[in-house]
Amino acid sequence: MALDTAPPATTVGPAPPARTVEPPEPRHFSFGRALAWTFMVIVIVLSLFPFYWMLRTALSSNNALYAGSDSLLPVQPSWGGFQRVFGLQTGQEAIDAGGAGQPINFWRYLFNSVVVSTLVTAGQVFFSAMAAYAFARLEWKHREKWFAFFLAGLMIPAIFTLLPNFVLIKQLGLVDTLLGIALPSMLMTPFAVFFLRQFFLGISKEVEEAALIDGASKVRVFFRLILPMSTAPIATLGILTYISTWNEYFWALMVSYTDKSRVLTVALGVFKSQTPQTGPDWAGLMAATLVAALPMLLLFMVFAKRIVNSIGFSGIK
Amino acid sequence: MATTTAPTGRRRDDTRLALLFILPALIGFVVFMVWPTVRGIYLSFTKFNLLTPPEFNGLDNYIRMVQDPVFWNSLRVTVYYVIVNIALQTILALVIAVMMQRLTRRTWLRGAVLTPYLVSNVVAAMVFLWILDYQLGIGNTLIAAIGLDRIAFLSSEAWVIPTIALINVWRHVGYTALLIFAGLQTIPETMYEAGRMDGASEPRMFRSITVPLLRPVLALVLIITVVGSFQVFDTVAVTTRGGPVDSSRVLQYYIYDVAFGRFQFGYASAMSVALLLVLVVITFIQYRVTRAETSDLN
Repeated sequence: MALDTAPPATTVGPAPPARTVEPPEPRHFSFGRALAWTFMVIVIVLSLFPFYWMLRTALSSNNALYAGSDSLLPVQPSWGGFQRVFGLQTGQEAIDAGGAGQPINFWRYLFNSVVVSTLVTAGQVFFSAMAAYAFARLEWKHREKWFAFFLAGLMIPAIFTLLPNFVLIKQLGLVDTLLGIALPSMLMTPFAVFFLRQFFLGISKEVEEAALIDGASKVRVFFRLILPMSTAPIATLGILTYISTWNEYFWALMVSYTDKSRVLTVALGVFKSQTPQTGPDWAGLMAATLVAALPMLLLFMVFAKRIVNSIGFSGIK
Repeated sequence: MATTTAPTGRRRDDTRLALLFILPALIGFVVFMVWPTVRGIYLSFTKFNLLTPPEFNGLDNYIRMVQDPVFWNSLRVTVYYVIVNIALQTILALVIAVMMQRLTRRTWLRGAVLTPYLVSNVVAAMVFLWILDYQLGIGNTLIAAIGLDRIAFLSSEAWVIPTIALINVWRHVGYTALLIFAGLQTIPETMYEAGRMDGASEPRMFRSITVPLLRPVLALVLIITVVGSFQVFDTVAVTTRGGPVDSSRVLQYYIYDVAFGRFQFGYASAMSVALLLVLVVITFIQYRVTRAETSDLN
């Protein structure tokens, strides 16, 4: 259910071939280069500043923000924002500190987000890999026609299937459940099938045939040979799927109504709408925003190279 | 695409196994993509409130749509948003990509630029709601500090769409830049060397080498980003809920409102079909105009 601007183009290249030897960079100083670097520095600052501002605000006391709106450091540093987000303040304490005072517990939403993202990622990658293997390596009638049929799915904008899918999930009695949120994208996406097939086609046939001659079945070849040989692209696909599921808002907003199935993105919206009469609890809101963003930022720190290199056109073209 | 392998004798028909292997994906595809598409089109010809079964009502929804000023307004607002969003984002991404290409190809730089893309639209909307707050936001504090008038970014009819477009540019520009950057890698370095030998300046090489050779990639990027941009919803839902008045009521938000606010699923489906048609037509035109399928390299 990727609603994001772009995912279909992301191509998770089978480990980009040796970019280790970089072309020598011109080192001479010139006015143009200085200007270009200045521009890039501005771009980086604009990209990263909002993250610092979340942290700075989350660590401030909400009531002090009014007086210290121009302070670059936290104003009257306090953990209050985070305590409200995790339900560690009593209602009255929270109200006194500028919060809404309604009970809210982000641990629950964090848990829900983890469950939904894990279900979608595990299911989608595994089932797409199975289908991709059938399209890449098994011999069967009308294989290419079936594959073209799957690919046609790339043309359907995700947004169009949301309403009818909601009706279906409702009929299945899965509204307001984590499974209901996960199910539509748990079995496949055309992109995942396409991408993995592309990779499987590149695996040498000889190894596979050697195993078949030794009497291994094709099922065994898939599990014992193909999957282990494809850990790199599978990991990349998995990380990207996890991130886009974590960040999904529209679909989750339709399906979840109560804390039972509320994921972080939806909870953030709800938290925002509980504005206290005295004005928004910006410290609490920014703490919540940071809690929602942090897991993906940590994931990015660990896998930065893989994620950055995965964006390109190598598989599409 | 059609790689027909010559049959080489024994155990070559895997039809049963293949069906077993594609079964889960096939179920997912048919149940959650094909069937909803057909059903979405069917529902657009019905009156449906989710509680009682859909009632066929012919073209009523479409007639209502054509006469609905809110629909036309939301279409206008959406197109305005797409133009501002795509123009800014594409130009900025192109410049960033070229700079990265010419300055350094190190991963940290691309990582820094991509960081905003890792957070959700909701997170992006929240943080900018705060930064652009009229009284307390650091953005307006800075504007006031240099002696200008504070701007009601998200609560004035004139500013709201450009502001939402900018928020989404912040989140997506790095991603778009990386796509273009990947395209730049396909241009042989020898082209630039030849250009340099002939004494061409960097801006000149950008115009005469980079742009023409990058055209197919730019075309694909445009198709993808324009289609995505038309589906804008999250940012509006979190920051303005369509306001002030209807000045940020983009089509997708209006559809959501009609479906879940008024339970008119039939009418909402008809508008979804309209959006789908708009997207198909735009993709087709872009594809033709930009000749996305051909490259100037060769």
